[in-house]
Amino acid sequence: MISDRELEVLINEVFEYYGYDFSGYSKASLKRRVERLYQIDGISRFSDVLSKIRSEEGYVKHLVEEITVNVTEMFRDPLFYKLLREEIVPVLATKPFIRIWHAGCSTGEEVYSMAILLKEANLLHKSLLYATDINSVVLDTAKKGLFPLRMIKQYAENYRFSGGSEDFSDYYTANYGLAKFSCELNEKMVFSQHNLVSDASFNEFDLIMCRNVLIYFDKHLQDRVLRLFDSSLSCLGYLALGTKETIKFSTVQDKFQQLNREKIWKKVK
Amino acid sequence: MEESKIISGCKALLIGGSAGSLEVLIEVLPKLEQLKSFALIIVLHRKSGEDNLLENLISIKTAIPIMEVEDKVPVEPGYIYIAPSDYHLLFEKDETISLDTSEKVNYSRPSIDVAFESAADVYGPSLAAILLSGANADGTAGLQAIKEAGGVTVVQKPESAEVAYMPGYAIENMSPDLVLDIRQILEFVKNINTSK
Ligand SMILES: C[S@@+](CC[C@H](N)C(=O)[O-])C[C@H]1O[C@@H](n2cnc3c(N)ncnc32)[C@H](O)[C@@H]1O
Repeated sequence: MISDRELEVLINEVFEYYGYDFSGYSKASLKRRVERLYQIDGISRFSDVLSKIRSEEGYVKHLVEEITVNVTEMFRDPLFYKLLREEIVPVLATKPFIRIWHAGCSTGEEVYSMAILLKEANLLHKSLLYATDINSVVLDTAKKGLFPLRMIKQYAENYRFSGGSEDFSDYYTANYGLAKFSCELNEKMVFSQHNLVSDASFNEFDLIMCRNVLIYFDKHLQDRVLRLFDSSLSCLGYLALGTKETIKFSTVQDKFQQLNREKIWKKVK
Repeated sequence: MEESKIISGCKALLIGGSAGSLEVLIEVLPKLEQLKSFALIIVLHRKSGEDNLLENLISIKTAIPIMEVEDKVPVEPGYIYIAPSDYHLLFEKDETISLDTSEKVNYSRPSIDVAFESAADVYGPSLAAILLSGANADGTAGLQAIKEAGGVTVVQKPESAEVAYMPGYAIENMSPDLVLDIRQILEFVKNINTSK
């Protein structure tokens, strides 16, 4: 296993050479990601990874891509989407214009799921979905709306469990092992690279979705990011986190009201 | 080390298991009144999305309080923690839990190896772990890491396990400190931190 000291040196080196700051990431998870990077790149000594960072052009992109965890699904946790559909979307519907931020959107499955919900509520035309991630590689996939066909059965099932009643296959066309989601869905999406560690707020939103991203951060960085979300939410806007994430260890918790025991909070102050 | 050996200075006991392990817990947990200054963390393989099912099953079998596992909850003595489905369970140096949705390990998430290795890194010799019944090779590498870090490793006696593969695999590939049947496992847990 990579030692605590080596991890620290690596974090400093990546920051110095590339400007990416991983010092607030969960050390337990980051250690495993670096070990995985060793495996992928056939690295056996710590000095090898350092020399790659210092001298290999383009290594940063690879490093960010492999260190971040990009696992995602459409309608991940169907009951969460059911709640969105039944409780949150009707509130959003009362607004003249709907702005949503997907922070840490990965390859976009979450954003397309949201677009489907909005379309079915006949709200997509007056919505804008901002989807951001630190990893530029996943954003390229997200823009295309191309997902592996072998996952579709699972996604269609998730969709149904989330309360969807349309024919899921109407939303995509199958081609060479890929499902291409209809252009109508991504017309209202804006993708861009944004680093939650260092970049500022860029708009005001009615709903911020940041699911399964904070788990990779330590408590201190979680707090920083939650404050960024707080300052990017409109009054009575909603914040949605992953099923095992919470704001209860953060300084913003007093400004939010949780919806029952669900992972959705309303900004009340 | 023999069966009666009393473990002291233990901050966390991890129990990992797969097929046939719930039966062991259901037998052992009702006979435990409290956890003497250590936390019990249970990592079982199961289908995704069955969180409440397992939590409820365990909670009706024990008087010991169960702490809901959310990201960054502190690990506190006296409580039971149950690894949620679909996340790997990791430990931070400040003795909080982190969750992680990265790739499955040994076809499993949570993976016992992942939780054990991470705990070994944080707790070193203040850790004990028990590997129970199962049909998977998960847990062996984790036990090895715990052993190397100075923790105590226990494997369920394969003859007493509903599915002998997992404990058998561990015994073949590392040398656990103890190999115990269900009754002995109960004694082992009861004796943790009881010496003065
Ligand atoms: C596990 S995925 C979550 C995807 C999706 N939200 C979901 O719940 O299925 C986590 C994402 O967070 C991104 N991420 C990690 N660090 C980030 C940072 N500092 N700023 C923005 N995104 C980040 C990763 O690149 C990855 O795509």
